Amino acid sequence: MKGVLSLEKDVSRESNTLSVREMIEKNKRSVSTASVLEGLMPKILLTIAIISILTTIGIVLTLLTETIAFFREVSFVEFFTGTVLKPLGESAQFGVLPLLTATIISSAIAMLVAIPIGLMTAVYLSEYASERVRKLLKPMLEILAGIPTIVYGFFAFTFVTPLLTKLIPTLEPTNILSPGIVMGIMIIPMVASLSEDAMSSVPNAMREGALGLGSTKFEVTWKVVVPAAISGIVASFVLGISRAIGETMIVTIASGSNKVFTFDITQSMQTMTAYIVEVTGGDAPAGSTLYYSLYAVAMTLFVFTLVMNLIAQYISRKFREEY
Amino acid sequence: MKYVDTNQVQKKMTSRLLTNRIAKTLFLLATLFGLLVLVVLIYRVVAQSLGWIDFDFLNNRLSTNAERAGIKGAIMGTLWLMLVVAPVTLILGVGTAIYLEEYAKKGRLQAFIQMNISNLAGVPSIVFGILGLTIFVRGLNLGAVVLAGGFTMALLVLPVVVVASQEAIRAVPQFLREASYGMGATKWQTIKNVVLPAALPGILTGVILALSRAIGETAPLVVIGIPAFIIPLPEGLLDKFTVMPLQIYYWTIDSALVDEYANLAAATIVVLLLVLFIMNSIAVLIRNKFQRRF
Repeated sequence: MKGVLSLEKDVSRESNTLSVREMIEKNKRSVSTASVLEGLMPKILLTIAIISILTTIGIVLTLLTETIAFFREVSFVEFFTGTVLKPLGESAQFGVLPLLTATIISSAIAMLVAIPIGLMTAVYLSEYASERVRKLLKPMLEILAGIPTIVYGFFAFTFVTPLLTKLIPTLEPTNILSPGIVMGIMIIPMVASLSEDAMSSVPNAMREGALGLGSTKFEVTWKVVVPAAISGIVASFVLGISRAIGETMIVTIASGSNKVFTFDITQSMQTMTAYIVEVTGGDAPAGSTLYYSLYAVAMTLFVFTLVMNLIAQYISRKFREEY
Repeated sequence: MKYVDTNQVQKKMTSRLLTNRIAKTLFLLATLFGLLVLVVLIYRVVAQSLGWIDFDFLNNRLSTNAERAGIKGAIMGTLWLMLVVAPVTLILGVGTAIYLEEYAKKGRLQAFIQMNISNLAGVPSIVFGILGLTIFVRGLNLGAVVLAGGFTMALLVLPVVVVASQEAIRAVPQFLREASYGMGATKWQTIKNVVLPAALPGILTGVILALSRAIGETAPLVVIGIPAFIIPLPEGLLDKFTVMPLQIYYWTIDSALVDEYANLAAATIVVLLLVLFIMNSIAVLIRNKFQRRF
């Protein structure tokens, strides 16, 4: 009762200094601006949200129009089956296969490093490590994931390549092997943390069931936890591949710009991304076939990574086991 | 009836336990491998940069003479770039997140925008570079200036900010909103006065992480055509600029010609890593200090 009384007192004091009519007027005015804002805000925010869609449309449209222009000058078949890429000079040839093989080889090397080590790291963190050890190790992995790719490129060029040359004397100063390995190291944290998330969400009851039947910890991990988390694990591999395909600076620095169609990993090879860097850095005149080839290669790259990402999303959605 | 052949079990037991032990060691070694690389990488970079980082290095302009070369231009360029990226990603990212979480009805449009954002996050950064080159540098005829680079980077890191802001907004409990409505507040008033302040730490963490990604990113800026040669210090949004990762790139590829360039690259890497480390520490600090659990 006291509260109500004191409230009434407050109101009466207010109305002493402000006439009721004024108060109503003031209230009306503020209500009307508020209601205008109320109606406007969703529209403004929707416009902002649509910018992200416009970005995608922008990417697809720019790539598509210039790619179509490219295929007016170079046939589709020549581009995708040609083994010679010689963008300059009299008899320019635009076969994408040298770039495509380099991209696939470097990504394959990267995944040979990232898949086993990443998966084993995930298993260790999720199944073996104590809470204290995990709290110590996870931030370290996050630091590894946060290092800019240019730093990895520097590392590959100035440390890993000289180190590998001691093992393989025929290794060229720029080669696809060293950036491949370093890319793998770069992807380890990604595979590890996504796989660990998948394994951590496997319910403990399943582990306890297997342990109760007399399994060793390794058997529980290998025969129960990993199969149960397989969709998340495979999705992490696919995302890793997509990351490797799109990686630019490491291969640009450490693998050089040799456009040859080869499977020799000790040689310098140019990936699709490195080609884009080289051509834009060389200031290709707008309208030339060289200029358009940039977009055709970028389109190929875009489609590859998009398909990978969609596959990863599909796998983790479709094969997810609900517990 | 005998269910378990004890002899058989005992015979296999030794090898099973051995496998278990080997596997555990192997998993631990794999985990330590990543850390080993981290240690070697940082040791190498620091060792190569020793004696090269001093006040002059931070305060000198770019030079072909390795002894006199510095990264003032790159530091200024990075600051100017952030001046564009920070507000643009904040407005676009948080705006999109508010729309998706508070206004959008669960339906086609909302699902489409959401799918679009997660796909954008997977597009290689170099493709964003081509978008920036085509639309901002050539289309709007800006040239390779701060504004063009900033817009390109902002679009690149947008998904990071959107996802972080969405999570922060989603974590604000429903009863806070209901209390606000109960006091007669409108929807926008509730968002502005209740939801956003509560979600602010999470949003800020996301923005800082996005900015640190933008600071370390190289490929899009190489593509939009940041020059390798000496340019005046940027003084406005329409000036040409360079940033630290670009400097590292050019010095690394030129280190085949001049050995000292490798030291300059290493020194720049140390500065870059320090900046990133400080930014990430601030992000973690904000997350731990201000994130209230409801």
